[in-house]
Amino acid sequence: MRFRTESSPHMIPAHSVGGVMQQVQMALVPGTLAMAWFFGWGVLVNVVLAVLFAVAFEAAIVAARKRPVMTTLGDNSAIVTGWLFALAVPPLTPIWVTLIGIAFAIIVAKHLYGGLGYNPFNPAMVGYVVVLVSFPREMALWPAPDTLSDMSLGLGQTLQTVLTGSLPAAMDWDAITRATPLDAMREGLGTGRTVSEITASPMFGSFSESSWEWIGNFFLLGGLYLLFRRIIHWHIPVAVILGVAIPAGFFWILDPDSFASPAFHVFSGAVIIGAFFIATDPVSASTTPLGRILYGAGIGLLIFVIRTWGGYPDAVAFAVLLMNMVAPTLDHLTRPRIFGRSRRGPPPGDGHA
Amino acid sequence: MQLHRFHGGLKLADETAASTRDPVLVMGVPSQLIVPLGQHIGEAAEPCVAVGDHVTKGQRIGQSKGYIAAHVHAPSSGEVVEIAPHAVPHPSGLSAPCIVIQTDGQDDWGDNRMEPWLDWDTRDPRRLRQRIRDAGIVGLGGAAFPTAVKLNPRAGQRIHTLIVNGAECEPYISADDMLLRTAPEAVFEGIRIVAHLLRVDRVLFAVEDNMPEAMRSLTENLPGELRDLVQLVSVPSLYPTGGERQLIKVLTGQEVPSGGLPADLGMVCNNPGTFKSVCDAVIQGRPLLSRIVTVTGPGVQHSRNVEALLGTPFADVIAATGGYAEGVDRLVMGGPMMGFAVHDDAIPVIKGTNCLLATRPQDTPPPGPLMPCIRCGECAAVCPAQLLPQQLYWQAKAKDFDAIQDYGLFDCIECGCCAHVCPSNIPLVQYYRYAKNEIWAREKERQKSDIARERYEFRQERIEREEREKAERLAKKKAAVKKKEGEEGGDSDKQAAIQAALERSRARKAARAGGATGDDKSESADTAPTDTENDAGAARSGESHSTDTESR
Repeated sequence: MRFRTESSPHMIPAHSVGGVMQQVQMALVPGTLAMAWFFGWGVLVNVVLAVLFAVAFEAAIVAARKRPVMTTLGDNSAIVTGWLFALAVPPLTPIWVTLIGIAFAIIVAKHLYGGLGYNPFNPAMVGYVVVLVSFPREMALWPAPDTLSDMSLGLGQTLQTVLTGSLPAAMDWDAITRATPLDAMREGLGTGRTVSEITASPMFGSFSESSWEWIGNFFLLGGLYLLFRRIIHWHIPVAVILGVAIPAGFFWILDPDSFASPAFHVFSGAVIIGAFFIATDPVSASTTPLGRILYGAGIGLLIFVIRTWGGYPDAVAFAVLLMNMVAPTLDHLTRPRIFGRSRRGPPPGDGHA
Repeated sequence: MQLHRFHGGLKLADETAASTRDPVLVMGVPSQLIVPLGQHIGEAAEPCVAVGDHVTKGQRIGQSKGYIAAHVHAPSSGEVVEIAPHAVPHPSGLSAPCIVIQTDGQDDWGDNRMEPWLDWDTRDPRRLRQRIRDAGIVGLGGAAFPTAVKLNPRAGQRIHTLIVNGAECEPYISADDMLLRTAPEAVFEGIRIVAHLLRVDRVLFAVEDNMPEAMRSLTENLPGELRDLVQLVSVPSLYPTGGERQLIKVLTGQEVPSGGLPADLGMVCNNPGTFKSVCDAVIQGRPLLSRIVTVTGPGVQHSRNVEALLGTPFADVIAATGGYAEGVDRLVMGGPMMGFAVHDDAIPVIKGTNCLLATRPQDTPPPGPLMPCIRCGECAAVCPAQLLPQQLYWQAKAKDFDAIQDYGLFDCIECGCCAHVCPSNIPLVQYYRYAKNEIWAREKERQKSDIARERYEFRQERIEREEREKAERLAKKKAAVKKKEGEEGGDSDKQAAIQAALERSRARKAARAGGATGDDKSESADTAPTDTENDAGAARSGESHSTDTESR
């Protein structure tokens, strides 16, 4: 009798790339819903559009590269890229901004480097940084969270705004947008006010703006789910959060009037989603345990430095991209000790007879 | 006892319930036995019988050559009908020399049985080791390394700890489990012999915690006089605890040095089946002729353990348990993690055949589409050798054989944990095997070219030396000739005078003959002596040329 001969192991594989990406998507749901709760339909419209664009661009370029389209789409990675991009941009971002950002993310940052697994930079963050530096006005238009605003856009109005890039009549941007906590802190400190004066404003909750705190909590929930399912490991998220909190705490203790508290830093902006969902993108991150800690800590430190002394209110995307550059070197320098060897290991070429 | 843990590993579902329900089935003698000459690590044996010979049970039919090698014996009596290449259990699927015996059903030992040594404890360790070598015993855990070699520590190396590796960590395999349940006395007797041979201080007998019956059987049957020596240890079932290096780490916390052996730590590790074979060889004079094989998997009708003669075709073994199940399409020798799929079931059971695992497409589907590595690092998280499999993969793909060795390729034990967790369906272990083979091939090639280069350089040097010597001889001769000429200086002056006189008279004749043509001729005649001198010089150099030719 004849049999098939395939390589070991002779078991059903434990994981698949598509399955891993699906878990990430599931984990993004609570945070996304929380964001939609506070910022309205725009969040969901953004996610849907960005995901559709991402999948369409992925299909087109995979076809152009003469690779199997359905197999590649089955890895679900384009969906995650689109989704993360959509969460980074303001909820009423015009459709053409999303289109440009996603095109850059999928075509340039991902496929020109060889596609999934070969991109040195996080594609979603490349796309976001491109639109952030190209369209600073659009990227600054964060609406006030609905709980604090008496105006609320319906789904139809939101779609109209996103598609046309202009608000429905009788509304203007000044009325519906407001500085994010990071903007407020940055501008306040820039104009010589103290931290306590700035946070005395009613928009602030216990650490940061309460809506941002809640969003952070829900992304944290998703992140813990990924940890629990062992889709990600603890090293990067913990290192990012400590990487922000420790230097922030140090300066805050030195001068609490001029420096925001570590809790404010962690629960404002994109630190939580960045720590659990963006910095943990395996392709562009470090892969060794120690390398992951250094990589995450570097991201955290850069976030604090850019927020405090740099030109942008938030810095997760820049910090991630800067550390992406260092990841291969970190991997090389932080190789774990091999079983049966000392940390330095025997000279290469030894170890076999 | 304080246990330790190794990095990574996998918690795999235990699939041994089905194959441990029934007692071990002792198979009869099949009509034909196909006995491969290379069933072990090391050099294959050489046949020492001829086609047409009648062989008795236990007769040596393959003589080992070399140190790392093992003899092969006739598992039953009969006639040698063929000595030829035949498909054997090997991942390559290639054929290798086998001795085919048409059995006579007598199972007759003849006079070939070795003398039973009931008084083995009075024997010299060297003789015991020789008996183990004569019995063709190899490690029965699957790797089939010659046991006599393992039990022969290098000079100055003292073995203080003997480890019995009952950590049968591959899912599905229960051959050791069943052996420990049914024949604990023989295993303990083998342990006594080996402990005596090596003069060890302690024996650590490890059994995985998912083999409670085996543990109970061992506890109940541990002889009183071994209680001080042997310590039964239940180890957590985690794949690959049964790996020698991993088990030693779990039991002692020590790591076998990279590139080294357990003996470097004063330890020797063997499978329980090996100890039983040692007991059989020493006490009964029975060489290694059969072994327990687990026949299991969703691809067979009935899972159970079988004691089969070496050389029994897989098909016969599976038929003896009840045959295949509907839709079977893969037959694996060994466990699901490290075993290899065979293409045919006409190939025979060998010393390393611990398990035959049959599966259907729904149990082991063809691998999904190969996806790119996303560097998730799951492979590194499970690697028991603490390697970075994803980096090794890139380096193997890039054929960067220096970097891959720097990253510890040869510390890889090919356990398959990385490939099992890889979400991209990358056959990682295949890449490492490829890289290892490539490096070995290059090493061989390099050695060959080193030899060739040395030969060339030697030849080149010899030619140069000969040239040099020749030149020296020549110079000496020349000097000798010159010296001689210097001594004959008077003669040559006379000759020159004669020569000059001859030339002068010749010139006069010529002048007379062509007087009408003018004075220019006589002028040329005046130059003649100079020419003549040159001729004489040429003649001398011609002479030295001929000397040179003679010297050749």
